[in-house]
Amino acid sequence: MLAKRIIPCLDVKEGRVVKGTQFLSLRDAGDPVELAAFYDKEGADELVFLDISASHEGRETMVDVVREVAATLAIPFTVGGGINTLADIRRILRAGADKVSINTAALLRPAFIREGADYFGSQCIVVAIDAKFDQALGTWRVYTHGGRKQTNWLATDWAKEAVRLGAGELLVTSMDQDGAKTGFDLPLLKAINEVATVPVIASGGAGAANDFVDVFKYNYADAALAASIFHYKETSIQEVKARLREEGECIR
Amino acid sequence: MIGIIDYGMGNLHSVSKALERLAIPYFISSDGEELAKAKALILPGVGAFPDAMNILTQTNVQPFLDNWVAENKPLLGICLGMQLLFESSNEHQPTAGLGYLPGRVERFSGTTAEGHAYKVPHMGWNKLEFHRPTPLTEGVPDGYVYFVHSYVVRTETDIVVASSDYYQSVPAIVQKGQVYGMQFHPEKSSTVGMALLKRFGQLVEGN
Repeated sequence: MLAKRIIPCLDVKEGRVVKGTQFLSLRDAGDPVELAAFYDKEGADELVFLDISASHEGRETMVDVVREVAATLAIPFTVGGGINTLADIRRILRAGADKVSINTAALLRPAFIREGADYFGSQCIVVAIDAKFDQALGTWRVYTHGGRKQTNWLATDWAKEAVRLGAGELLVTSMDQDGAKTGFDLPLLKAINEVATVPVIASGGAGAANDFVDVFKYNYADAALAASIFHYKETSIQEVKARLREEGECIR
Repeated sequence: MIGIIDYGMGNLHSVSKALERLAIPYFISSDGEELAKAKALILPGVGAFPDAMNILTQTNVQPFLDNWVAENKPLLGICLGMQLLFESSNEHQPTAGLGYLPGRVERFSGTTAEGHAYKVPHMGWNKLEFHRPTPLTEGVPDGYVYFVHSYVVRTETDIVVASSDYYQSVPAIVQKGQVYGMQFHPEKSSTVGMALLKRFGQLVEGN
């Protein structure tokens, strides 16, 4: 049986780890390489680095940071932000990342998912979906550019399409819950998990160790990601894992 | 000295950094003459089987490897690098592999015998179950290793050293003579992965 994965997310801007509430108001939380090593020692199953300003400014992710992180880590990590071309994917993978996460570029040109999957293998193509509930529609819509631009895609339709095109994993962020610390967006994750035939990473809303219990208890996700609660030591990977073990979950 | 084969599709950096941390001497090369100086080779791999085989044949790495294996020198394939050691794969289209190990590579069906859907790729940490002792796994602790793959080796033979359970038995470590394969990523598998790479390094140096 696969172990449920706990993934600290390091949102990186200009080489520093930051974490915004609902994608705004950033607060510096430290050095990515130092944090990566810390989480590795603490028992993180994986790491995600997102260059949160990359799509907006057309900036590309910092290959040097990736290389330095890869030198210190013996666990897998994913890099996202500013991945727009096959050359971008190749550069990031060659620098030592295991997977790339694509978001805006995939929505602008869905065939990019297929090209990436065909060349590098589905397993290293993570499609990140930023979803926000639309009251009028009664379902979730997908946003791009770090949550600034609404698309016409419904989150469930886009999840299906991304998988059809070759996404190996979906990183699903609830924009409604992100930064709220009141728990993962269970209805959103349930809806995505019902249509996804690839692993789903839950993101957005974790406020305490117990929030991880809920998302796994109902099998709404294969992995759960959080940022600020780990960066600001409101809980720890070890505490989360201990809590999950008490609940009988398979944990590394 | 271990030679890491650079054929344009490898997870070279993470493999080489893992060896550095273990103080195992290595070099990276795509050149047969250079690689011939190594005591053992690592064939890494991230990507699709047909593309990888294309590159291996076009760059003449394949005939070099054929000789290497014929001379019974140690070769370790990691992830896609392990799959390439087998006879064939049906990833995208039927493609012949290097053929050093008996068996073929197929996509996970995504459906159990009882008709239940499961997720593909097999992605994440899974426990190793050892079936027989080998010099490579001597002293390696029990535990979890990190898998990321959508294709799985089908082999009827006794070459499987360790497997993991993902709706079926997934060959995780294979070995025949001096040809070794690891389906998971030892360089990303924390304690257990580091122990396996360390052991491979020791075997190469004859310990």
